[in-house]
Amino acid sequence: MSLLSIRNLHASIGDKEILKGVNLEINKGEVHSIMGPNGNGKSTLAAVVAGNSKFTVTQGEIIFKGKNLLEMPIDVRAAEGIFLGFQYPVEIPGVSITNFMRTAVNEQRKYRGLDPLSASEFLKLMEEKKKVVEMTAKLANRSVNEGFSGGEKKKNEIFQMAMLDPVMSFLDETDSGLDIDALRIVANGVNKLRSNDNAIVVITHYQRLLDYIVPDFVHVLYEGRIVKSGTKELALELESKGYEWIREELENNQK
Amino acid sequence: MENTLNYINASIQAFLPIQVVGDKQALAVKYLKEHGFDFGKDEVWRFVDFSSYLTDNLDLPNEKEKHEYDFVCNIPRLDTTRLTLFNGYVADSEKMIVTPQGVIMGSIKEALKQYPQLVSKYFATCSKKENSFLAANTTLFSDGFFIYVPDNVVIEKPIQILDVIKSQIPLFLQTRNLIYVGKNSRITLIHCDDSCNQNRSFSNNVTEIYIDQDAHVEHYKMQNMNNNSGLMNHNYIVMQQGASLLSNSISLNGGNIRNHNEVRMLGEHCDAQVHGLYLMDKEQKMDNYVYVEHAFPNCTSNELFKGILDDSAHATFNGHVLVCEHATKTDASQSNKNILLTDKATVDSKPFLEIYNDDVKCSHGSTIGQLDETALFYIRSRGIGERTAKTLLMYAFCDEVIQKIAITALAERLSDMVKKRLHGELTVCDECALHCSVPDCKFEIDITKL
Repeated sequence: MSLLSIRNLHASIGDKEILKGVNLEINKGEVHSIMGPNGNGKSTLAAVVAGNSKFTVTQGEIIFKGKNLLEMPIDVRAAEGIFLGFQYPVEIPGVSITNFMRTAVNEQRKYRGLDPLSASEFLKLMEEKKKVVEMTAKLANRSVNEGFSGGEKKKNEIFQMAMLDPVMSFLDETDSGLDIDALRIVANGVNKLRSNDNAIVVITHYQRLLDYIVPDFVHVLYEGRIVKSGTKELALELESKGYEWIREELENNQK
Repeated sequence: MENTLNYINASIQAFLPIQVVGDKQALAVKYLKEHGFDFGKDEVWRFVDFSSYLTDNLDLPNEKEKHEYDFVCNIPRLDTTRLTLFNGYVADSEKMIVTPQGVIMGSIKEALKQYPQLVSKYFATCSKKENSFLAANTTLFSDGFFIYVPDNVVIEKPIQILDVIKSQIPLFLQTRNLIYVGKNSRITLIHCDDSCNQNRSFSNNVTEIYIDQDAHVEHYKMQNMNNNSGLMNHNYIVMQQGASLLSNSISLNGGNIRNHNEVRMLGEHCDAQVHGLYLMDKEQKMDNYVYVEHAFPNCTSNELFKGILDDSAHATFNGHVLVCEHATKTDASQSNKNILLTDKATVDSKPFLEIYNDDVKCSHGSTIGQLDETALFYIRSRGIGERTAKTLLMYAFCDEVIQKIAITALAERLSDMVKKRLHGELTVCDECALHCSVPDCKFEIDITKL
């Protein structure tokens, strides 16, 4: 059985259908990359998995660890092991990263029937996970994302992923807005978190990120559907040819 | 006892003037007789409605019951000089504190006997114009504190005025504080209004603060009254050249609160920071009125008022900045931000600038909205339940005002109290000896312990 199974997923925002029948099977230990032109549903797919109520699922299902994911509230999905690395992380002035993560870790532990971490256990965990993305102590005491640079925001997303130790992560354009150094740090962080017990979906426009995070599978999401899947070579092909040939190929197939 | 209005009307006919301020009291009486408590269409008083208290049968506090009241209020890591008003009276009122530097602190009634010239010089001088509630207080106040700080004295230790109501019968209270801060001097006031049980009360309290040249005053108001209480709270502040003020009113709870603030800058290079935070629910009413007068050039003023309203609560922000003709280079801003948690909660926000000079920088703004859905989604996507996520966001909203408190220990304590308030508990200090309130509901996650 797959870890995550997305079957014929249709989702809309208002009257506009964005996902038009997505099928995707993900197993533990795999890294998938979803590529595709802007506005074709990549971010929507990640948001629907995480439970963003802006989108309405009109058809299809998502089965996660054998359970119906679509019936779960947002926070339950997270506690079950879903993580979304945001393309645009939200600023929360007045809430420090430390307090935010302590609340999140302990609420998730409670859901799993575990005792909350003590202050010292928690700080130890923080220290350990900060190293994953080379995060400074100063940053951890600041308000969540407030006044962060693009790089700091993305580092913070991967730091949170490290803290929460999810089974199934969707990283939505984690490479956008990063300079080369930050890209390397963030990508290395993701690689450190990669294991045989979890799975990661990397949403990106650029092959560049995939030089660092090497995917097992690459999918093209086009007009609300996954129209082509392959291995990492597909990403190279997309990089050199663009998406135009995908459209042509689709049209030829339809003929 | 008879109803409050009848009491006021009868009392002003037969009041006994306090000699040195008798002429000012006579003027107040004259004003009250002419105007009464009908404010008609006056914009300043548009949303003020204490009629249910004025027509209610409230008792006056009994002076004979005044006693040393052990109200324990420990703010961790903050040492204060504590002055307590219990049911409108100062216990042990004959005892005036006089420091070697010449600072005088104690009962205003006693000060009128011991320092009549000093008190009468500033008494009833700070308001721009008379109003009926002020006039009633001027004539009939029970007691309050007089604080006199001579020139060139810096008082590091904050002075805490505790205005505590604890009565088995419903009370009508009028306290009066007068604070003079001399040239180049500096004080911090923490001013708490607390009710210690659920009994009805109506307070009409006046505080006048006269800030002389280059002096600095920090004035923190903490309001934690019960749901049956009415509080007409006046702050009249006069500032002389180079004076600065940092004022922050944190209204955590109360049935019906009006903060009537007047700040008049009567010299150049004054700076007034006037902020407030209000958290209201049920049928509570909150009304912040802020009048700031820029009468001279080169003064700055900055207002930030934020509030969260739940259930059927109603809030008003009525801000008026007057920039007079000669007040060039005025820099003034007004901001009021509100979050409404229900469809029934309402806000009337009216930031208002009145400018008679071209060479000024003024801004005003007001927002009324709900919690940010994107931020809620972000927080919940980390596994945090909806209720805790909302509390976090509300707390984050309040933090901007709390950060404007310059005393770290006080900011931390208030931040704890705000968190508790947002958790649905009627706030009381943990260390308070009274433990008078019972939490409305228990929360599973206590973020105050983070």
